Amino acid sequence: MTRRSGAVRTLPLHVILLAVGAVMVVPLVYAALSGFKSTDELSRNPFGLPEHWLTGNYTDILRSGDFWRLVGNSTLIAVGTTVLVVAVSALAAFSFARFAFRGREVLFTVFTIGLMFPFAVAVLPLFLLLRSLGLLDNPLGVILPQAAFALPMTIIILRGFFRQIPGELEEAATLDGCSAFGFFWRILLPMARPALGTVSVLAVVTSWNNFFLPLLVFTDAKWWTLPIGVQQFQGQYSAEYARVFAYLVLAMVPALAFYSVAERQLVGGLTAGATKG
Amino acid sequence: MTSTFLPDKRTGPDLAVPSPTKASARGRARRRTLNWLTAVGFQLPALVLFVGLVLLPMLFALYAAFFRWGGFGMPSDYTGAGNFTRLFQDPVFLGDLWRCLVLVLLSLALQLPFALAMAVLLNQRLRGRAVYRMLFFAPYVLSEAITGVLFSMVFAPDAGLADHVLGGIGLDGLGGEWFADPSYVMATLFLVMTWKYFGFHMMLYLAGLQSIPAELTEAALIDGANAWQRFRNVTLPLLAPTLRISVFLSVIGSIQLFDLVWVVTQGGPDHHSETMAVTMFQYGFKRYQVGYASAISVVMFGICLVFALAYQRFVLRRDLEGATTTMRGDGK
Repeated sequence: MTRRSGAVRTLPLHVILLAVGAVMVVPLVYAALSGFKSTDELSRNPFGLPEHWLTGNYTDILRSGDFWRLVGNSTLIAVGTTVLVVAVSALAAFSFARFAFRGREVLFTVFTIGLMFPFAVAVLPLFLLLRSLGLLDNPLGVILPQAAFALPMTIIILRGFFRQIPGELEEAATLDGCSAFGFFWRILLPMARPALGTVSVLAVVTSWNNFFLPLLVFTDAKWWTLPIGVQQFQGQYSAEYARVFAYLVLAMVPALAFYSVAERQLVGGLTAGATKG
Repeated sequence: MTSTFLPDKRTGPDLAVPSPTKASARGRARRRTLNWLTAVGFQLPALVLFVGLVLLPMLFALYAAFFRWGGFGMPSDYTGAGNFTRLFQDPVFLGDLWRCLVLVLLSLALQLPFALAMAVLLNQRLRGRAVYRMLFFAPYVLSEAITGVLFSMVFAPDAGLADHVLGGIGLDGLGGEWFADPSYVMATLFLVMTWKYFGFHMMLYLAGLQSIPAELTEAALIDGANAWQRFRNVTLPLLAPTLRISVFLSVIGSIQLFDLVWVVTQGGPDHHSETMAVTMFQYGFKRYQVGYASAISVVMFGICLVFALAYQRFVLRRDLEGATTTMRGDGK
């Protein structure tokens, strides 16, 4: 790399980046601005700033209980999935990382095979199983399968992290009379906080964005999650473009806000998961 | 809990043997059993969840695929391979396979190279690169369903943003029906997929690029290699493991594509954007031909499995060899 990387050399690069950046941003800004217009104005003035900044589209949605119920359901399911998958995976990853036992590699292979199966492949038999267990229209019907499908990736990431913790620590704890679970609970987990953060963020985002399973499990509107709600809203108000835009924008806000605070964990988790998987 | 209780039962009969050497051997065996039970005890919750909700349903689908079955009661009308022969004569399903292949090829030919180019660009010292990085990756955190609704509005014929932009720069002729046009629907979907996913692949590549020691490219520079030669002969080979993983994830993603298509076109117009998952959904949940839909699940599963195994065998092998040696190296 030459040090004389002046403005002239980087100018074309900046032009490219600006162009790509525009393609990424414009649909989002277009949606946000359109939400401030009336549907009439939207057809006359698709690009420009709104003539009158109408906030009605947004405030109507925020004032209706429906939107907040979707947010609440999505949150409940995301939190439930995350707590379950992280707890269960941490136990399994601890065992994979710190114990030598017969069948360990076989068991680990079984879990890694799970990485290869996309959700869509198993969704039909899963639905039949949930129906026979009476878990349709029940948040557990989404939480349990989501946790099950998130296991392989979570276990792999946590196992990698648990292995890096020096064995002397475990020996010292054992000499002090610590049981295996005591070591796991009082020493390993607190040390693994960054890794737990990473896998939690991954689980939250995956659950938050899931569409297929909630679509099948929740026929009752009272359990719908945000992605389902957005799709339904568009179907219901298909002629009222401006309202749909406002709804879309509000539905994107939680995910984007979460991303802005948890970017490091998310990217770290995805790259770690991909390189270790 | 169980680990302290069960081993006593197991070793119980041995207590009758009094010899001291046997006793220590017995102690060791006992400790080993205890250790095994503790280790497996920690695995148990994960194992129950995984077997119950991932493996068993898949096995059941494999079973149901051999029946004509409406989805209620147990399957009883055995049809042998009937569902599968029907599947491979079904023009819609054959179309699904073709469209899947098209998406895979488009991703490999356009989306991933584009992501790589962006990664190389953003791996340099440029003002604002952190902002670009964050921006390009941002769509990845949006739900595919929400992205689908957004772009169904952007590409709405005549009224949408895309047609207005094209009209604005004097390319009215290029605007059109987008998702409603059988010849353009897949291309439009691919554009949306690229918008949403290239940032993810870019992030993987960036992580890969950052793990390449700067000394290597510097050495090549001193040896007189130009920028392209440095990229082609130093960077690219060292990035190979990341590239392989990214290709793998991209292919699996194309095989299971559902949310986006379902929200935007439901497979239309006239099946022209239908994917395997959409066809499976139609038969399994709309037409109650659950046996037939299970057969589609099984074929999707088979494709994933064959692809994954072949990929591991022929492409990923080198990476995994590294991984398994370290696994044995520090195994206690």
